[in-house]
Amino acid sequence: MQLAERSQMVQTTNTLDARVIPDSTLGQIFADNPRMKARNVDVFYADKHAVDNISLDIGSGQVISFIGPSGCGKSTFLRCLNRMNDTIESCRVSGDIMIDDQNIYDSSIDVVLLRARVGMVFQKPNPFPKSIFDNVAYGPRIHGLATTKVELDQIVETSLQRAGLWEEVKDRLNQPGTGLSGGQQQRLCIARAIAVSPEVILMDEPCSALDPIATAKIEELISELREQYTLVIVTHSMQQAARVSDRTAYFHLGKLIEVGDTKQVFTNPLHALTQDYITGRFG
Amino acid sequence: MKDLNEDFYRHISSEFNEELEALRRSTLEMGGLVEEQLASALKFFASQDSFLLSDIEDIEQKINASEIDLDDQVESLIVRRQPIASDLRLVLAVSKIVRDLERMGDELEKVGTLSLKSFDSSDDVGITEIQRIAEQVAKMLSESLTAFARLDINLAKDIFERERKVDKVYQSALRSLATFMIEDPRNIGRVLNIVWIARSLERVGDHATNIAEYVIYLVQGVDVRHPSVNENSFT
Repeated sequence: MQLAERSQMVQTTNTLDARVIPDSTLGQIFADNPRMKARNVDVFYADKHAVDNISLDIGSGQVISFIGPSGCGKSTFLRCLNRMNDTIESCRVSGDIMIDDQNIYDSSIDVVLLRARVGMVFQKPNPFPKSIFDNVAYGPRIHGLATTKVELDQIVETSLQRAGLWEEVKDRLNQPGTGLSGGQQQRLCIARAIAVSPEVILMDEPCSALDPIATAKIEELISELREQYTLVIVTHSMQQAARVSDRTAYFHLGKLIEVGDTKQVFTNPLHALTQDYITGRFG
Repeated sequence: MKDLNEDFYRHISSEFNEELEALRRSTLEMGGLVEEQLASALKFFASQDSFLLSDIEDIEQKINASEIDLDDQVESLIVRRQPIASDLRLVLAVSKIVRDLERMGDELEKVGTLSLKSFDSSDDVGITEIQRIAEQVAKMLSESLTAFARLDINLAKDIFERERKVDKVYQSALRSLATFMIEDPRNIGRVLNIVWIARSLERVGDHATNIAEYVIYLVQGVDVRHPSVNENSFT
């Protein structure tokens, strides 16, 4: 009895045998409670096919990591999620990307409002050449989120607190944001992103310019933000993806090869290409 | 599965490759020591040459040293390489295999000590029963190590079958040993020792089965222990 059960649990085939790009994404592209849905997304830069027919759900209140070698399309795909690619002339995007069942490429969509709903944090901290206060207050001001100075003060304080920066800057809010350390600048950028109450925050290698302590602080922040926001992170650090994300997606040559629960991807990846990449093997 | 074996050595870091190779080699060497112990016990059952029993004791010391060395390798790999995916499964599997091998060493040491008290050339009470179990268990051990070396899940699965055979041989040995006690109560003390020997050998077989389970985990990432409580099977 035990023997039969045990034998049944053993797979007879193992996908690790093949190192070819699969026709469709392996694993689970759907999320139980999707905040964003991408369907059959293609991106071209002139003739270059940078993102090749990707479908993926971004689960609400989850952290999803995009990993893959340079040039695999992960950042391009990330930038599609709030139409950051619109500014690149040769860039052409097709397919559907929905936020709460609204197509973000629809002509009725106001891109400025979209980017308030889907905020972004970049690889290099890029505070405005303004005071710490004005960096955070900028978004709420242009979107008219505060009617009084008291309200604006409140938004700035809450945002800085959520970004874990308040205690460090509360006595020098009028000093320039560019005067902060790299890690503090990055947290300032996160505070700026959350000041407009986004639903989704996109982070493109948010820690690659930071030291381990500053990185640990950002990662701690990510796990706190997960409770209120949906986060998408592009990272080159396998350990970071393993530490912070609920789901992990592996990109390769413009294709989404595999997506699944982070624990599964890092203990038993379904595809040999994923395994080769995350374990540092020759491709 | 043939290329999985080489797959461990395809890392860009050659040092990492060498460390994983050393880990597998050391594990197999430790397994070889347990095999030697069991072989000495088998020779003793055939020849009653008590000199062979001191071998078992000596090898037990080497096994303990191997355990410490392998734990150290595992620790160092985790700290320095942060292994993931199949590398992680290899490191975890080895860490568990080492524990089982060390336990086998302990059981076989007991077999040695008790054998000295239980068997002498004047009669052959219990010797056939013990030999039958020991032979089966030796096969299980050798196959579990081969399965680990070759990452051969079919061989690993065969071991589950063998475990059931050993259970049967063990049960029939217990019945047969009971008859010696019934025939002459003066045998009871000695035969009880022989029962403990049988028990220890049977435990060695259980540990070999554990190794087979880790081999399956290592190759396929599936936990096949305790099917009744484990719903963790992959689809």
